[in-house]
Amino acid sequence: MNFKISKIKEKIIESLLFISGAVTSVTVVFIVLFLFSEGLGVFMKKPIEEGSVIAINKNNIVNEISAEQIKNIYDQKIVSWKEIGGDNDNDTIILFRIEDITNYYSEAEIGENFERLPLCIDKLIDSIPGIIAFFPEKYLAKNFKGKKIELENINGYQFFSGNEWFPTAQPAAQMGVKPLILGTLWVSLIAIILALPLGLSAAIYLSEIANEKLRNILKPLIELLAGIPSVVYGFFGLVVIVPLIQKVFEIPVGETGLAGSIILGIMALPTIITISEDAMRNTPRSMKEASLALGASKWQTIYKVIIPHSISGITAGAILGIGRAIGETMAVLMVTGNAAVIPHTILEPVRTIPATIAAELGEAPEGGLHFKALFALGCILFLITLFINLLVEYISSRNKYATK
Amino acid sequence: MLLQLECNININQIKLKINSMKITKVLLAILFTTNLSFAQKLKGSDTVLPLAQKEAESFMKSNKNSRVVVTGGGSGVGISALVDGTTDVAMSSRKIKMTEKMKLQDAGKASKESIVAYDALTVIVHPSNKVTQLKREQLEGIFTGKIKNWKEVGGDDLQIVVYSRESSSGTYEFFKEHVMKNKNYAANVLSMPASGAIVQSISQTKGAIGYVGLAYLENNTKAIKVSYDGGKTFVAPSVETAKNKTYPIVRPLYYYYLPSSEKMIKPFLDFCLSAEGQKIVEQTGYVPLPK
Repeated sequence: MNFKISKIKEKIIESLLFISGAVTSVTVVFIVLFLFSEGLGVFMKKPIEEGSVIAINKNNIVNEISAEQIKNIYDQKIVSWKEIGGDNDNDTIILFRIEDITNYYSEAEIGENFERLPLCIDKLIDSIPGIIAFFPEKYLAKNFKGKKIELENINGYQFFSGNEWFPTAQPAAQMGVKPLILGTLWVSLIAIILALPLGLSAAIYLSEIANEKLRNILKPLIELLAGIPSVVYGFFGLVVIVPLIQKVFEIPVGETGLAGSIILGIMALPTIITISEDAMRNTPRSMKEASLALGASKWQTIYKVIIPHSISGITAGAILGIGRAIGETMAVLMVTGNAAVIPHTILEPVRTIPATIAAELGEAPEGGLHFKALFALGCILFLITLFINLLVEYISSRNKYATK
Repeated sequence: MLLQLECNININQIKLKINSMKITKVLLAILFTTNLSFAQKLKGSDTVLPLAQKEAESFMKSNKNSRVVVTGGGSGVGISALVDGTTDVAMSSRKIKMTEKMKLQDAGKASKESIVAYDALTVIVHPSNKVTQLKREQLEGIFTGKIKNWKEVGGDDLQIVVYSRESSSGTYEFFKEHVMKNKNYAANVLSMPASGAIVQSISQTKGAIGYVGLAYLENNTKAIKVSYDGGKTFVAPSVETAKNKTYPIVRPLYYYYLPSSEKMIKPFLDFCLSAEGQKIVEQTGYVPLPK
């Protein structure tokens, strides 16, 4: 009887454990699927606000205008049709947005409820040869006499190679993620270059040189670093590190990639120190003693025996540190300046992927192009961290093989 | 945040009492549900958030059995919550967009708009900057990247560092529309997550320029006088100049709601538009509606 009850108990516990495992896995799969289904949607969208049209005069010989050209036209960087393949007559581009209609027609002509607006727009586009018009599709007249410009869907090449990130630009949004990807990698790389030597030295000191008493004080202190909220790091960076960089390098602006790297380096330190210290302390006592017995000094033992033995743990720590740096949002958002330009030196402002998502998702209309583009950025970030995790997995498995 | 906390405490208190005194259980339950049925939810713009919170607090003081819950998240978040029906009022620092209007239409809803206050945007620079006034055309040149050095607008030989809000913020859109005549910002403009961060950065960067709401103006930065008539008159930003419409960069703050819930939120809306509500507007650093 007793035996039976304990068996049932065991079964229940077993199934509970199974359910927990299943729930976690399903959640992860669900999140990934959701992320990618939303993110890939960006390639099914046109870079123009839904329900709007761009139209030109029917006699204009230009047939295709790219999203980038449209942005430059409306920013008045392109001012003549010749620059984008038009002819010499009617050379100047005349911009028209829906709110400009009152410059051409009186309110009485348009009608109280805009009932004659489609007709007015149609007449206007027909009468001005050099016009380019941007207006809501519902004001498109039935027998529209102008030429509608169809923009192509955003394609992968444009998305990854574009240099401009203007997701809310009107009439044509610019979705180039290259500066964001480069910014993220750049900041994380420098962060790890700064943090690795420091973290490694600290780990060696803690595991091999410090006495027990000091270690018991230092280790919790370092682990405390991981517990500080990232927004606090960000604020510290903005108020202390940013002015410091500005003064030291004598540059006009202190919000740079370097400021972000320093903050991220500090944030990655606990991960690097804890993991590599654990790895070093796992070096078998016999190996250390053998080395010392052969007459090697303490330092020789450290760099000839302990570091080679724990190299995979150290690498894993460093890579996990990078992983922490790449995904970090708030601290970076506050100190890097967030200008979406391709960085040439570390002393320039950069914009990272997590900062972009955090800053923009709140106000992006749901389901729209901008919203989907941010999800696509999330997918890119996910793939980067997935790659990093696989790398850790690979390195730690290699170690098991080596010690066998 | 505070309101939610208060709400939680109330619920906890009620739970405690139910446990200790079973007789009052029914009574309290009735009280609890009536409380809930009066709860109005406001969601949206972080610019409007502090104002709405203050208004909700004093509204609840005078109307004991009604509850107003205010949360932020951004204008876009507020309006999509309105579409989903998870909020009664969407607070917004920009006008509703065409796509959002169409979404509402698809859901078989229409929205009503009410302007509750105005916000004056001030252009600020580092206190040591010699430049005290700028024309709109010069501001446009600076923010689109055509003007790169302060000496081009009468200042020292110093690179201009432009700070802006994030592209998602209503403030960013408004500045672009109103000051830059819909041209895009230069790509190398620094974007900051919050107005407070802009003030902090400008106070420590010599060549800096940026814009914030009037409520954020402090002594560690200098406000620039602005001219919209080609340099004839320059006006300094203040509540007075915004009120008498001499200061040009003023934007409305909106509440959006569904006509179907108009009856429910009417008392709160009337309070916001009343003299008392408009006094709160002025206290929080925004510009009250013209009488």
